[in-house]
Amino acid sequence: MRRKAIIEKTANIIFLICAVIAIFAVCAITFYMFIKGTPALKQVGVTDLLFGSVWQPAAENPSYGILYIILSSLVGTASAILIGVPIGLLTAVFLSEMAGKRLGSFVGGAVELLAAIPSVIYGLIGMMVLNPIMFSIENAIFEGDPDHQFTGGANMISAIIVLAIMILPTVISVSTSSMKAVPDHLRAASLSLGATKEQTIFKTVIPAAKSGILTGVVLGIGRALGEAMAINMVAGGAVNLPLPFNSVRTLTTQIVSEMGYAQGLHREVLFTVGLVLYIFIMIVNWMLLRARKAGAEHAE
Amino acid sequence: MQSNRRRIKDAFARILIYICVALSVALLFGIIVYVMVKGIGSVNWSFLTTVTSVLSGTSGIAGNIVNTLLIILITMLIATPVSIGGAIYLNEYAKPGKLVELIEYATETLSGIPSILFGLFGMMFFGTKLGLGYSILTGALTLTLMVLPLITRNTQEALKTVPASYRNGAIGLGSGKWHMIRTILIPSAMPGIITGAILAVGRIVGESAALLFTAGSAKLLPPDFMGLLDKPFQSGGTLTVQMYLSATSEGDFDTAFGIAVVLLVIVLGINLSTKGLTKHFDLTRKD
Repeated sequence: MRRKAIIEKTANIIFLICAVIAIFAVCAITFYMFIKGTPALKQVGVTDLLFGSVWQPAAENPSYGILYIILSSLVGTASAILIGVPIGLLTAVFLSEMAGKRLGSFVGGAVELLAAIPSVIYGLIGMMVLNPIMFSIENAIFEGDPDHQFTGGANMISAIIVLAIMILPTVISVSTSSMKAVPDHLRAASLSLGATKEQTIFKTVIPAAKSGILTGVVLGIGRALGEAMAINMVAGGAVNLPLPFNSVRTLTTQIVSEMGYAQGLHREVLFTVGLVLYIFIMIVNWMLLRARKAGAEHAE
Repeated sequence: MQSNRRRIKDAFARILIYICVALSVALLFGIIVYVMVKGIGSVNWSFLTTVTSVLSGTSGIAGNIVNTLLIILITMLIATPVSIGGAIYLNEYAKPGKLVELIEYATETLSGIPSILFGLFGMMFFGTKLGLGYSILTGALTLTLMVLPLITRNTQEALKTVPASYRNGAIGLGSGKWHMIRTILIPSAMPGIITGAILAVGRIVGESAALLFTAGSAKLLPPDFMGLLDKPFQSGGTLTVQMYLSATSEGDFDTAFGIAVVLLVIVLGINLSTKGLTKHFDLTRKD
């Protein structure tokens, strides 16, 4: 009997340890991000680092302004959301409201697979397909323009398109399940009042599923902000203002492409870039929590 | 007149929806066909069984395959028991309260952190602080944190579907809680646990940003069995990392597309097997 009690107690403790590892991991990551990310802020100066627009770590008088990098991340994410969310939402409408069983599971399966494709493959295809198209457009627009730095097509637009594609599966699957959860009596009421099927979808179902859709959008924002490899392959390698035909660096790609060789203060600034990204992600997380809570209240 | 305009609007919405659906599906098939056409020519037996070497004139990814398998093995060996243990605690032991809320919030946060930040943390903590350097072990420990939420959540979902009567029955017959978990709960929840594990393997196979600065990019094969045992402590690039390097700094697109084909096949296989499992799971639930 004693032996049994000891075994039970041990099992309990081991399971508890397994469960709290997640807490330790989050604390350790947060701790390291701040410990490693703040020294450069002190050395370079908060305003010079965060709001400086000149990135020249290798110059004789090195300058570490990451304003354009932050802006590129924000503009890239926002534009990807603007393109990806409408397409994803309409696909979700089809999956939830219009598709028959077979066609629905076919399209749903395709979306699932799209989510499973590794980001380097998106990057590779972006390099081989998107960049050449962008280069010919670039040539047509800027031909003979002495002020334009030619990028070979590796530009902001390519990054936005790749990001928009990569957030599609997230937006589609979360929106679909929240629309499917809308009770049928709402649809029936709308239809019986004489609304058409399309009116019912856009005036009744989508508003009722609003908070779930919002959750999908926020998850999409998180995915777009954090994506590194794919955009690193298509967005070029220079820090620039996030204009459509400029090569850009985002928070993630800046780390990916320079961490391998950066030394000294340059390396510490890259950790600060990581810290900035971390703070953005925590804001997204907080938004996610709010969206979920709104959804829970809505359901009650 | 009014209803006419309505009809046009509805038709317009419908067309827009069809266009978006077609776009989403076309994207997937476009990607698959493009990668297959461009890459299938590079994939042959020697591509899969040799390493790229100027000396012997071969071009292959055997080293990267071994590295990928090692990382999967080590990550899953650590992550699976820990995640299952955590899920069991949350579902079977914990009473609702602050601690559970905190754990669930932490799990949620962990699943939202981008892989590049996991990479940075892994490099600083496992690589530098614990002195593991650029090694497969560093990479595997980093990925363990990444896949933890995925397996935990799937296990929790699976545990929730086990009827309470199973638990009560076992306890009522005099079984201890641990015995009940081991002999009743875990076997009943197995399909869900396995689904979570397979999804985690998929995540590991596709991961690159978290590995670039933790596991490094070495691509040689270990020379012998002892070398294989020592491999976890050495640098090793996975298929995705090698594909990234091939497509960027090395400019070797044949290899990049060859790896892309291998990755797509793995991803397809994983997708089909989780589908099959879920179906099987649903069938057994019905009776």
